[in-house]
Parts: sequence; C-alpha cells; structure tokens
Amino acid sequence: MAANTGTYLIQGAAILGGEPADLLIRDGVIAETGSGLTAEGATVIDASGLVALPGMVDVHTHLREPGREDAETVETGTRAAALGGYTAVHAMANSTPVADTAGVVEQVFSLGQAAGWVDVRPVGAVTVGLAGEQLAELGAMADSRARVRMFSDDGICVHDPVLMRRALEYVKAFDGVVAQHAQEPRLTAGAQMNEGEVSAVLGLAGWPAVAEESIIARDVLLAQHVGSRLHVCHVSTAGSVEIIRWAKERGINVTAEVTPHHLLLTDDLVRSYDPVYKVNPPLRTDADVQALRAGLADGTIDVVGTDHAPHPSEHKECEWAQAAMGMTGLETALSVVQHTMIDTGLMTWADFARVTSTAAAKIGRLEDQGRPLEAGEPANVILVDPAARWTVDPSRMATMGRNSPFKGRELPGKVVATFFKGHPTVLDGRLNTPFRHAASVGAA
Amino acid sequence: MKHLLSTEDLSLSNAIRILDTAEEMAAVGDREVKKLPALRGRTVVNLFFEDSTRTRISFEAAAKRLSADVINFAAKGSSVSKGESLKDTAQTLSAMGADAVVIRHWASGAPHRLAATDWIDAAVINAGDGTHEHPTQALLDAFTMRRHWARLAGTGSEGADLKGMRVAIAGDVLHSRVARSNVWLLRTLGADVTLVAPPTLLPIGVEKWPCKVSYNMDETLEQGADAVMMLRVQGERMNASFFPSTREYSRRWGFDDNRLRALDTLGMKDTIIMHPGPMNRGLEISAAAADSPRSTVLAQVRNGVSVRMAALYLLLSGDTREPAATPALAYAGTHSTKESN
Repeated sequence: MAANTGTYLIQGAAILGGEPADLLIRDGVIAETGSGLTAEGATVIDASGLVALPGMVDVHTHLREPGREDAETVETGTRAAALGGYTAVHAMANSTPVADTAGVVEQVFSLGQAAGWVDVRPVGAVTVGLAGEQLAELGAMADSRARVRMFSDDGICVHDPVLMRRALEYVKAFDGVVAQHAQEPRLTAGAQMNEGEVSAVLGLAGWPAVAEESIIARDVLLAQHVGSRLHVCHVSTAGSVEIIRWAKERGINVTAEVTPHHLLLTDDLVRSYDPVYKVNPPLRTDADVQALRAGLADGTIDVVGTDHAPHPSEHKECEWAQAAMGMTGLETALSVVQHTMIDTGLMTWADFARVTSTAAAKIGRLEDQGRPLEAGEPANVILVDPAARWTVDPSRMATMGRNSPFKGRELPGKVVATFFKGHPTVLDGRLNTPFRHAASVGAA
Repeated sequence: MKHLLSTEDLSLSNAIRILDTAEEMAAVGDREVKKLPALRGRTVVNLFFEDSTRTRISFEAAAKRLSADVINFAAKGSSVSKGESLKDTAQTLSAMGADAVVIRHWASGAPHRLAATDWIDAAVINAGDGTHEHPTQALLDAFTMRRHWARLAGTGSEGADLKGMRVAIAGDVLHSRVARSNVWLLRTLGADVTLVAPPTLLPIGVEKWPCKVSYNMDETLEQGADAVMMLRVQGERMNASFFPSTREYSRRWGFDDNRLRALDTLGMKDTIIMHPGPMNRGLEISAAAADSPRSTVLAQVRNGVSVRMAALYLLLSGDTREPAATPALAYAGTHSTKESN
C-alpha cells in the first residue's frame, strides 16, 4: 500500500455528467458512492457544479526521455498530464535511444513510477531503431516489467507490407496491438502541409490525404487476413474515417484515434507560416474536421489521443520548412474536446469518458484504468468544471513545450482535481503532490 | 505598405502605385547620371539564402540608384543543425541598423516569418521564397506588359491596368513562384490568364485559382494570346517522373520554332514572348523565339531595376521616420509618398 493515500469525500459531483452523487475515496479505491455520505477524518471536497469522470488515458504521448530532456522529461510531461486530467499515458517509442528493447521500456516505466503523477505505459517500437527493417524484440518488451502491449514506430510508418503483416501476426502471442502511423512515405517525401487549395497558394509541398488512406486501407485488410488487432494513430482525413467505418462493419478488429487539434484546427492556419501549426499528420480542411467529429461521435473513431509533442523553442522559431512537426496537447485536450464535441451537442460527458478513458484503457490493456465510477473500483477519478473558461497561455503550462497551437484561444472546461490511485495529484486546479509507489521508489 | 511579401494581398491601388512610380524611376535610368538621392543614409541588406546573381544585382543596382548603402549577405544553409538560424541572422542585421531587408530564401514563407516576428523591424521585400512568390518579378512582368498594352492602345501607361489582355503562362507552375505571383497580380490588374502545363506540373487545388488551365499549348495559342510567358523548366524534373523526357516536354509545352511561326500564321503580330530568365534554350524556349523581336527578355531585365527602385522607394520613404526622403524625388514626379496602409 502506498504511503500517501488518504480519505477523500467528494460531495455532489455529477457522475459522468449525470445525477449528482458523493464519492468516497479511501486507500486508493472508490469505497462508496451514493448521497449524503459521511466519513470520519475525510478531506471533504465540494464538487457541486463539477463533473466526475474516470481519469483520462492518453494512447499517444511523447515524453522525450530518454534523449531529449531539453524538450520534455517524464517528470514534466506527466505533471502536464495530471493537470490535463490524465491518470495514464502511453509514452511513444521515438526516444533516444529508441524504446526497442526491454531495457529502455523498463527505464521509462521506472521513471514514470518515480515521478508518480500518472501511470506511464511505454509503447515499444515495432522495428529496431524505428528503421522499418527488422522486428524489435516485441516479446521481451511484453514480458518486461513495463508489460508493453502497444507497439508503434510512430513518427514513421511501418510501410513495408510484409513487415507490417509479421508485426500484426506476432503480437497476437501476447495480446498486443500495432499502432500504425499511416503515412505512405513515397507520396509524402518532403511534405510540409496538407495538399490542397492552401498548399497550392503557399507553395509548400503537399501531404495528400491518399497517403494516409491507402495505408489504412492496406492495414485493415492485413489485420483481417491475419486476425490481429490494429490501432490507427491520429486519423486526420474524412476518407480515413470512411475506410475505418467500412472495416468495422466487416468486423475487422481495428481501433482508431483522433487528436484534439485535428478536431478543431484547419490548414487555413498555415497561411501565417507560423510553425506552431506544423504537425504530422498535417492540419486538414474543415470537411475533414467535420468528418472526424462525426466519426468520434458515432464510435468509428474510438479514442482521443493527444500526440503531445513538445519541442524546444528553437525548433519552432525558424522557417516553416526547417521547423519540427508537433504540438503540445496534454493540458488542452479536455477543453478542446469539450469545445468541439460536447458544447456542440455531438457527445455527452459519458461519451467523453468512453473516448478519453474507457476505450483507451482497453486498447492499451490497462486493467486499472478507464473503470466505472463504482464502489470497489480503483480511484482514478477527475473532477471537471465545465462552466469554467480560460485563455491558453503556453508559458504557464507544466510541459516544457511552448508549442501550443491554441495559444491565446479561450476554451471551456477546467480540470479541478485529479485522483490517481486515490491520491490527489491535482487539487483546486493546481498541481498537488505525486503518488508514492511503496515498492518501487528506490528503483529509479 | 510596410513590406512587399506577395502579390496575393497586394491591392490594385498599391500595384498601380508601384508601376507608376517605376515609370518615373525608368526615366532616371535614361539619364546620364542614373542616380537619385532619395535613400541617402538608408541601409538595404540583400539577404540571399539561395544563389541568384541576377536578382541580387538587380536589387543592388536599384538601391544604389537611390543612393542607399547596400550590404550583400549571402547566407548559405540557415538550418539549426547547419549553423546560424534565420532568427539570429535577422537580429544581427537589425542590430546593424538595416532599414530594408531584401530576402531570397529557398523556404516558402521565410519573408513572412521576418515580417511577422519581432526579430527585425526593417521593411521586408520578398525577392523570391521557395515555390511561393516572387512579387517583384511579377511586378516587372506586369510593367513590361503594361507598356506593351498601352503602346498598342496608343495611350500612356500611367495609371493603367491590364484589362482585356490575354496572358498565357506555360511551364512548371507547380514549382514556380513566378507563376503564382503573376497569377495573383494579373488577376488584380484585370488580365485573363491561362496556365499551360502538363498536369503533373500543376498544383492540386489550381482549379480554385483565378485563371484558366490548359494542357495544350497549341490550342491556347489558337485561342489567342497577347503575351506568352515561358517558365524555366528543370531537366531534373524528368527523373521524378513529372514528364517522360526533355524532348517530349519541349515538343508538347516548349515555345519552339513551329509555334513561333504559328503566331505569324494566326495573325498574332503583336504577341510578345516573355521569360523570367535564366532560359533553357532548346527546352522551354527555342533560340529563335528567345532572340526574336517578340521577345521581351531584356526589357524585363531592364524594367526589373525600375520596379525594384519603386518598391524600395515606396517602402522606405513612405516611412514617417524619414520625412526628408520626400522632397528628394519631387522632380521625378508629383505624388503622395504617404502610405495609407
């Protein structure tokens, strides 16, 4: 049992946005739910007007450590995650060294435990060094202390069809999933932005939608052929949504994710040539944004993944073509999803819990995450004030990355509290203290 | 007008003002002493991240004819990994007191970055950025066309636009900043533009541009053109399968001797042939076409200096920080040098 869990009585929170109820959190679990609960010695939290949700689970986070500690560390990235309402993140494999061995994934796992802000679940690389040539030791990573279930060369597409087939087949041995960064490399050589009306005017090399859609089409057919589980990272086009919808109708075991930025922003922003809008896959058109929202609402797209990608300022304060691709997202995801999906009437808070927590935990096979807010369940819970409004100021974020494309925007919704394993990592909208793992503190 | 970054957002009144001012500047070029004191004491930096001797010396001549001090800064490879960043370079030039930066960059949008950030406060002139825009090239092309169009009409060119003029722009539109700048400016000036190119060398999205698109050079000529602008085509494009061979390109889309003769056959005696240079003789334009009386290639070069003088003058003397510049041009014409925007 961890040292610093306590007893917390949350009074009058709208459970999944529904009827208000009390939640009693004790010793890391939800001890009781109901109305008019009392508990001796409990810290009482007045949650009237707040929504209680399961802690969010990010299927797609770049924590940059090891190797690029000038961009982000596990400590700073998971602080940002806790503030954003997350209790678990999947740390992508494109660190330096690449997370392609049991040793590296165990290091990241240990760093996450030592930080104590969220569960850090390392994603293992599919191929050695992300080079797309030879399978990494997927089994060793699965059997490691990090218990890797998700494998991805994210940032780079596993474009060799034979290698992709083998990876999909191989991970069946340990109930793994291959998370594909769908980008046909030859169709996107030198690509700078979405190919279309805006790229034509700006003279920036285009990243055509077909380069994403053709890989997804191939991969769902491969997944069907070998009977494996496929996850599609950061779906960005209307055509991709259609292909995934088609695949699901045929019973193919595919899940898909969309980023908050693809739910809100379009390639019109690139007209400024401000590299804060440079991201991969690129911002698309309004028609794509609307299709992604519809896909997320109807379940074609299973989850929201941030693709949180912090970069040092010098990688953005330059010419567009020189700039790094990526945006921060952990501390704005909840607000952007509320703004685009809930305030528009497309989804309820219960749907929000599904796409940001329940479904994400299932994809990553995280048993203690994405659980119902019921007695006996692990106390990974957040309290959200849906009526709050705030203006995004990257300089005040916990992430080291200042590259938020939402800078200066007013957004709805604020995380008031985050309970991770029954411990408040965030209280009153501010960082509190980390959870202390009893056994593993010394390991890192 | 604080900067000259693109023709896409250049208003008709500003375009006409630049062209009219260029006419006055051209008169200076005809004098024995080709120099005005307008920009005395001002510093113009030619910041070239990409080699272009022609454009650089044109800007250099323009700035010198206005008595500005000129610094040529050839910055090769600005990447973070390779050396100094654009930001550091800009701040360095700012610290040295540059009043205007003429920037040529291989990256689309680099001039916009200079203008939009607080790295430097100088006026920024885009001298060609990546495959985006080359506004002074389009202005000198429009200047050349306007003179031709006015001469045919028997009027003066001052204050005139290009309404009714039919312009065909042929070649590698996809990679051409010259084509983009011309399409926007010619639209603003009222000309009818047809782009002629193989489908592989037209950008996705071109159907939204304010022009017609054709895959057929001969049909375009048969339908009539008052100016035919040939774009430079790089033979290496063949290796990326944009076209099968330079010979096939030349036959289908080049301005060869047959098409030069066709202009006569079709009775298009006043049609001019333009090229921004440098030319690939025998590829997109035949030697006979380049050297024919229809060719305006050298006039374009000459007009380039006038147009760049006008741009520098309007950007720098329109600045309230230097009111002394105003009377300097007084004898070259009378017009307001105060910019409303």
